[in-house]
Amino acid sequence: MNPVGFLVDPMTYGFMQRGLIAALLVGVVCAVMGTFVVLKGLAFIGDAVSHAAFPGLVIAFIVGAPLYIGGAIAAVATALAIGIVSRRGRLRFDTAVGVLFAGTFAFGVMLFSTIKGYVTDLLGYLLGNVLGISVGDLVQVAFLGAIVLMIVLAVRKELLFATFDPLGAAASGLPVAGLEYLLLALLGVTIVVSIQAVGIIMVVAMLVTPAATAQLLVVRFGRMMAVAVALAAGSAVVGLYLSFYLTLASGASIVLVETLLFAVALILGPKTGLLSRAVQGAATAA
Amino acid sequence: MANDLTLEDRAATATAATNAVNRAVPAAAGEAAAVVLDGVSAGYGRRTALADVSLSIAPGSLLAVIGPNGAGKSTFLKLIAGLMRPSSGRITVLGGAPGSAASSIAYLPQAEAVDWEFPVTVREVVTMGRYAHLGFWHAPGREDRDLVAAALETVGMADAGERQIGALSGGQRRRVFLARAIAADPELYLLDEPVTGVDARTQEDLMDVLEAEARSGKTVIATTHDLICAAQRFHQAALLNGRLVAHGSADLVLDRRLLSETYGGHVLVLPGDGEGLVIDDAHHHDEAPKGERHYHDGAGS
Repeated sequence: MNPVGFLVDPMTYGFMQRGLIAALLVGVVCAVMGTFVVLKGLAFIGDAVSHAAFPGLVIAFIVGAPLYIGGAIAAVATALAIGIVSRRGRLRFDTAVGVLFAGTFAFGVMLFSTIKGYVTDLLGYLLGNVLGISVGDLVQVAFLGAIVLMIVLAVRKELLFATFDPLGAAASGLPVAGLEYLLLALLGVTIVVSIQAVGIIMVVAMLVTPAATAQLLVVRFGRMMAVAVALAAGSAVVGLYLSFYLTLASGASIVLVETLLFAVALILGPKTGLLSRAVQGAATAA
Repeated sequence: MANDLTLEDRAATATAATNAVNRAVPAAAGEAAAVVLDGVSAGYGRRTALADVSLSIAPGSLLAVIGPNGAGKSTFLKLIAGLMRPSSGRITVLGGAPGSAASSIAYLPQAEAVDWEFPVTVREVVTMGRYAHLGFWHAPGREDRDLVAAALETVGMADAGERQIGALSGGQRRRVFLARAIAADPELYLLDEPVTGVDARTQEDLMDVLEAEARSGKTVIATTHDLICAAQRFHQAALLNGRLVAHGSADLVLDRRLLSETYGGHVLVLPGDGEGLVIDDAHHHDEAPKGERHYHDGAGS
């Protein structure tokens, strides 16, 4: 097979075209949000919110409502609830999130177990299947993703200040609490949009891994976001082709490519590279 | 260093100083005051951090806020910044409620409160001082860039604009944060430990900048653990120990009796001709932030 054919042939299939567009959209939106998730230390919250979306999806399925709507309501509500707990609660924050996380997911599983018959749709949400995305779903992903990106870019510098120095930002008059709730709500929407592509269990990787890799490579906020986006887009493409040719699960392939890039950056990266450290260590010892 | 802080006159005038010191200024006295606290108490949960503080700070003040750890120094700044609400009492900042003139306030957090691994450059940090003056969507313009460059110049960091903040020394980091405050062009500076953990040269430079700002009519309120710096470089001092022990001219307030009252009897004045000052803050060491200084300087050391 020639190289052009290698790249073009899969795209003759409609499901691969839709899958690639969806994976790119999800990858980019997740990478942009993920930059804030990583810098604010919200990775665990991302995981909690994605699991909390599950009961929303199940309830929507049971009542025959659009699944996205159910998932989005549950995810955004959970994200905001976590925000409130973190500002006012007396429990340790990770404890509260841990309780909420497992409890909501268990509720979803319980509801799920009451459904009789055909539930492949719902199982798909656990592991994701970007190749199974319909045109209608793709339009929803594009629409919601565009809204998230527009809002984030509109308040980008304020979010940066509030993330870096919440007290200084609040004292200068920025609505820091409002920005935090906005970020959490957008995180909820992002997660629901991404669930179809990579599933509830792996969404957190889409959020965290490209941004974490980028943080190993660059020292500027704007560049970190740009590099995260590039890594996410590249992983989406490579992951999907791997999935196509090796008949692997699409979501897992994308996440594994991202993880591999993270490992490479960790070992070879200029800042924290284990290799450059080892070399330096050897040079010092010599 | 300790020799510079002589308390010769103060010992003789200790009683007079106590009387002269402004223990409680009625709010009405400072119509044009930059900051007025009237019977202010505040705390975290059930713990009271500050009780019944009343004072008035005039525009152009260069005020050192002094006291042991847990005395409420940071709380004092946060109340004025509008970051915390008092449980009782009234606060007026630049003629309004705290927070109402936020874009005229620059707040500098303690160094420990900042994530130094954060991927931002020096210039990006200083530019944040301009954000409150810009709307959403709006990128900093030429005027903002000029103010940022001027602020970096003022603190002697003009050449460091493109460096990542984590690559800076402790003193350089404080310079950068002060530059951010200057770039905001505020009326009121609220600085939490601006000169803690920096070398002597940086301390002098930063105090020169703050003095110039105060002279131009800006109000500067800074917490410090450095009594020598407070005595030499600040114009006024407020002594806190869960309450306001004293407030007034720095050379009157930094009196051994008042310091002893502030630090709970742990200020020892060594006998002899050249009087020295010993603050034994040992019982606070376990909760002391990194880089904090403790004075055990005696006469002639």
